[in-house]
Amino acid sequence: MDLFIQQILAGLAVGGIYASLALALVMIYQATEHVNFAQGEMAMFSTYIAWSLIQAGFPYWAAFFATLLISFIAGVVIERVIVRPIQGSILSVVVVFIGLLVILHSLAGWIYTYTQKSFPSPMPDMAVMGVNLQELAAIGVTLVVLFLIFAFFRWTPLGLAMRAAAQNPESAVLVGIHVGWMLALGWGLAAAVGAVAGMMVAPKLTLDPSMMGSVLIYAFAGALLGGISSPGGAVIGGFAVGILENLIGTYVPVVGNELKLTVALILIIGVLIVKPSGMFGQTVTVRV
Amino acid sequence: MPARAARPLLIAAGIMIALALPFLVSDYRTFQLTQVILYAIALCGLNLLMGFNGQVSLGHGAFYALGAYTAAILIDSFGFSPYLTVPVAGIVTFVAGYLFGIPALRLHGLYLALATLALALALPQLLRFDAFEPWTGGVQGIFIDKPDVPFGLPLTPDQWLYVYCLAIASVMFWLAANLVKGRIGRALIAIRDNPIASDAMGIDTARYKSLTFGISALYTGIAGALSAVVVNFVAPDSFDLFLSITLLVGVVVGGLASISGAIYGGAFIVYLPNIAEKISDAAPWAIYGLFLIALMFVMPDGVAGLLKRLTRRLRGPAPTPGRPLTALDILKTSPADRGD
Repeated sequence: MDLFIQQILAGLAVGGIYASLALALVMIYQATEHVNFAQGEMAMFSTYIAWSLIQAGFPYWAAFFATLLISFIAGVVIERVIVRPIQGSILSVVVVFIGLLVILHSLAGWIYTYTQKSFPSPMPDMAVMGVNLQELAAIGVTLVVLFLIFAFFRWTPLGLAMRAAAQNPESAVLVGIHVGWMLALGWGLAAAVGAVAGMMVAPKLTLDPSMMGSVLIYAFAGALLGGISSPGGAVIGGFAVGILENLIGTYVPVVGNELKLTVALILIIGVLIVKPSGMFGQTVTVRV
Repeated sequence: MPARAARPLLIAAGIMIALALPFLVSDYRTFQLTQVILYAIALCGLNLLMGFNGQVSLGHGAFYALGAYTAAILIDSFGFSPYLTVPVAGIVTFVAGYLFGIPALRLHGLYLALATLALALALPQLLRFDAFEPWTGGVQGIFIDKPDVPFGLPLTPDQWLYVYCLAIASVMFWLAANLVKGRIGRALIAIRDNPIASDAMGIDTARYKSLTFGISALYTGIAGALSAVVVNFVAPDSFDLFLSITLLVGVVVGGLASISGAIYGGAFIVYLPNIAEKISDAAPWAIYGLFLIALMFVMPDGVAGLLKRLTRRLRGPAPTPGRPLTALDILKTSPADRGD
């Protein structure tokens, strides 16, 4: 039973990271209907920035918040400079995201080399009553971030304006909302949320340029499982994927670590075939 | 000269140049050109699915791998002739693609992208799986001998394989071009543009969509089978997620819904990494990414789209709106021009 609880907690810790990245994906998707495949590499690069700051002697939390600010600005700049001017089909936007992904990956490898680096956690690596404190910290920070994002969108005028810009851009313009800047802000926020995910996962996975590859796939799966049109659903989907992944890896002996990504994805697709718009997503109805 | 009459001439000239190329360059260059042809076949198949039928696939590397392994296992374990593996690989990948296409009918857009992504991730792991090792060779993969040049032709093995692949590619491109021009092609495009309306018009949407998945997998699988023979080697690591993403990028860069676009896409896949490496040894993929983004800025509808726009400009302005269109005007322009 102890093993079971431990696995659930480990699943929640890693699921929180998937949930953050899934939320970042959904934030951009809702505003522009684009899935940002570079989100994982953006988070990875942010984590390297945090690592540099910590190496330069900054205390952990100062580096943490400085990284959030830098990531936010970088997200806004990427949206304004690279994503905005693209005209063409949704697939050409996907190709631009893939271009961004390989650029960030390659730059990180060039600047910081491909060797793995250890990344500090705000908590010591020890267990209290069978619960790892670092995992607890990851869950805690994730929940705080998710709550802050929720509060921002629910209770602030700027959050309301951003939701309006995403849901109905034409009407939003008519009531005086600058839709273009709202999209850029959405990118900035998504980049900052992704940075949190990167800094939380780095102590566990150790930092290297490929760190976020499988994390992005799990986050994408989580976002779709919960329903890509629902931020809350994406968060729950992210946690669900994390728990599922850990339980499969532990209790299904044939699967082990090698095949668990595959098995998790097949299960998720099974759910999607039964419920094609995700657990909490709205079914899109089309007027003919 | 009217565009319609020029087209067969252009294609004939293209094939002549393609036939002459291997005799003008080194064996290594010929090998690279063969790779371009193979990717072009695969991209042609993927374009039938994505460009003409509007179904996204992030997992066509899996069908490429399936074709390659089918060929390699047939040669290695069952002593097949390399030439006989191509039709068998085609049948195997067609069935696999068709069967995958049936559950995929429930999924659209991003959800389909996730399902195909899972396919691309799963297949290399299955190929590595211990239980299949007697056939797949596990992590090590399978080595195959390069086939001899038949009939005592005065060619090097690389030149022979190039000519062989070029012949197959020509037939497959001809078939694809006819497919999209005909009744089935119109149905595919109608399903892409408006699935509900095409349903209402009596097109069996489900059948055509799964059939397209099968045909698309067949093209990609045949390219894979040929690649196993050309490269003499298959291993799980050659068919990772990156291959699938490369194929998707190739289709978009070449030009969606364009048969000739596959050739530009194939050249892009083979040559751009080399060019990027020459520009910067330290971070070649950063250069690759920059090229990719720049290409999408300059030609969002791919190389084929750019060429189409250029030729239209060269042909002069469309009939002025002041004068009503006559039947002659309509006859003079090709159907593709009238379409958009």
